[in-house]
Amino acid sequence: MTRSLDTRAILLFVLVGLLFVGTGFLQSWNTTLSIFNMALVSAIMALGVNMQWGYAGLFNVGVMGFVALGGLAAVLVSMDPVDEAWAAGGIQILLGLVLGAATIVLAILAYSRMAAGLMRTLAMLVILIGGFFLFRAVFDPAVARVEAVNPAATGYLGGLGLPVILAWPMGGVLAAGAAWLIGKTALGLRSDYLAIATLGIAEIIIAVMKNEDWLARGVKNVTTIPRPVPYEVNLQQTPWFIELADRIGADVITFSSIFVKLCYASLFIVVLLALIWLSEKAWNSPWGRMMRAIRDNEVSASAMGKDVKARHLQVFVLGSAVIGMAGAMMTTLDSQLVPGTYQPLRFTFLVWVMVIVGGSGNNWGAVLGGFLIWWLWIQVEPLGALLMQGITAGMDADSWLRGHLMESVAHMRLLTMGIILLLVLRFSPRGLIPER
Amino acid sequence: MDILNAIVTLLNFVIIPATAYGAQLALGALGVTLIYGILRFSNFAHGDTMAFGTMVVILCTWGLQGMGMDGIGPLPTALLALPVGIAVTGLLVVGTDRAVYRFYRAKKAKPVIYVIASLGVMFIMNGIVRFIIGVDDQRFADGERFIISARTFRDMTGLEEGLAFRTSQGITIVVAVIAVALLFWFLNRTRTGKSMRAFSDNEDLALLSGINPERVVMITWLIVAALATTAGTLYGLDKSFKAFTYFQLLLPIFAAAIVGGLGNPVGAILGGFLIAFSEVGVTYAFRKVVEYLAPGDWQPEGLLQLLSTDYKFAVSFAILLIVLLFRPTGIMKGKSV
Repeated sequence: MTRSLDTRAILLFVLVGLLFVGTGFLQSWNTTLSIFNMALVSAIMALGVNMQWGYAGLFNVGVMGFVALGGLAAVLVSMDPVDEAWAAGGIQILLGLVLGAATIVLAILAYSRMAAGLMRTLAMLVILIGGFFLFRAVFDPAVARVEAVNPAATGYLGGLGLPVILAWPMGGVLAAGAAWLIGKTALGLRSDYLAIATLGIAEIIIAVMKNEDWLARGVKNVTTIPRPVPYEVNLQQTPWFIELADRIGADVITFSSIFVKLCYASLFIVVLLALIWLSEKAWNSPWGRMMRAIRDNEVSASAMGKDVKARHLQVFVLGSAVIGMAGAMMTTLDSQLVPGTYQPLRFTFLVWVMVIVGGSGNNWGAVLGGFLIWWLWIQVEPLGALLMQGITAGMDADSWLRGHLMESVAHMRLLTMGIILLLVLRFSPRGLIPER
Repeated sequence: MDILNAIVTLLNFVIIPATAYGAQLALGALGVTLIYGILRFSNFAHGDTMAFGTMVVILCTWGLQGMGMDGIGPLPTALLALPVGIAVTGLLVVGTDRAVYRFYRAKKAKPVIYVIASLGVMFIMNGIVRFIIGVDDQRFADGERFIISARTFRDMTGLEEGLAFRTSQGITIVVAVIAVALLFWFLNRTRTGKSMRAFSDNEDLALLSGINPERVVMITWLIVAALATTAGTLYGLDKSFKAFTYFQLLLPIFAAAIVGGLGNPVGAILGGFLIAFSEVGVTYAFRKVVEYLAPGDWQPEGLLQLLSTDYKFAVSFAILLIVLLFRPTGIMKGKSV
């Protein structure tokens, strides 16, 4: 076995590290740490995508959906249950959902058990149409009642009231469940179709989260999700903390916010390292070799008796679980779930840029890509603003073009990401840290 | 019972809007399907190509409006700007092909590499559009707003329900028919069109018979640019222009192309209308129609809406899945690479 990190890779990590340290000196350590925390989360998302793409060659462009499911898990696990809402119709909503699921299962059973023909088509139609109206009849009134419970503050069922850390594995489980359903239907199809299917399912997940207010308040957003780390305000009044700040010679308020970010960072680093360790183990195991064999030549792998479809499903579920976990961590970091902010460019395609640029088929590469691309995504804006100031320096201060150019700086990041992706794909298609 | 009013309501809220939307989707899906047939990959940048083309048309329209134009008679000025938009978009996509895709063609890269490259192109085009025109809603329709307005219709027929037929809808349908007729004439009657079809059916044989692949590819891109710009402009006239909406159109467009059978132009048109009619039909509240049809004073409970409009993506997606599961190559037989 070759060493997992060669000199070139270590050098690249050091360089990216310098970018972050440089940001700390030039801008502020608070900024660096915010970027760093999101970079850790991005790196985990990239790891998940790398499992699907790098290990198995599965083209998943529904990353956003799994990230959002993770975010949903954070709400469902950590918010307190709303007892009034449960009393108003919680059980009935669940009953409705069970009825809906039963309808689909029944239809599938009818399809697989009955002989093909007119009877089967009719039976399925009756089951689906009847089931749909039954579902709506049970589900709709309950939803209306739940959403009427104090809509300004709650209007939803709430969560389980458990510690938010538990949401991270839960996010993984939710995403894995969704991935299993998608994989079951779409993995047998061609690669392009899987892409479109995942793209679609991600949009649907977001649509559900925006519109089902009883679930997580929809576009009214859930804020004040509990934290796994102390609050700045409390820290600023704790004696040992003030003493510590004094000893370091830092301003208590600045230091408290840095301290909180460091707490998040250490939690995230533990998760990231554990995941890298597991991924590397898996990559170097017989299972990893089998995955690569399937990826490189499906026909001969299946001739060797490998169940290609089952392996694909397995790795698709695993990768999605990792992405879901990252999604839950992100929502924990933000302390709020805002379904309107989930945009495919930011949550699906940017993660893809990370994986391609970092090096598909290499866990360290994906992590490096996560850090580098996230840093760029944030910093392109100030850098672009500087550049624009340079370009427009000669122009009249209140000219129309200058105003327009300065305003448009925000959109430079998309342009930059596209150019980086194309350049890497062309000149270094295996990424910065290639697969070994 | 009031069948006439029921029909008018249905026409007004379902059939006319769905036909216009279906025509826009069909034009978009034709572009996707052509690229798939000739270049053999799913072009994720298609939505943003549409946005780019529409943006050029809008800028040009504003220029013309600034010069004092207010529609070509009853028609919107944008129609005059459309050729300019097509030309600029054509230059852009042919340039993109030279700069990006040609390299992978020479290397005979796997289709998925093209798809990833198209993601990069998508980012860049999206960036350019946002950079130039911003993310806000832009309206650029002018000229006469209605062919028949609801009030005129009521006065004319004495019916209770009005029927509004907007100019943008009429133009969409007429332009789409012309575009499709031209496309099929080109593919079936001209030498270049025939060579394109030959190339799509069997690349090796086409090369053997002396067809120049680079020429075929370039012409394909030009046609795609024309289709995308037309589709985008019609959609923008009918609704409004917003960069992000065009990106989201990617899903119904792909659904239409796949449902119809990727690589099959007739299928793309069928798929477009199928998706549009299902989306509008499933998310429309049928209460009024049923009220007119129901005997006596019976009134239905609720809105009779199967799904809220926010779930229209789910509709195109569900159709996509059903077709893929039961007929993986689409309604009309498509390619399967």
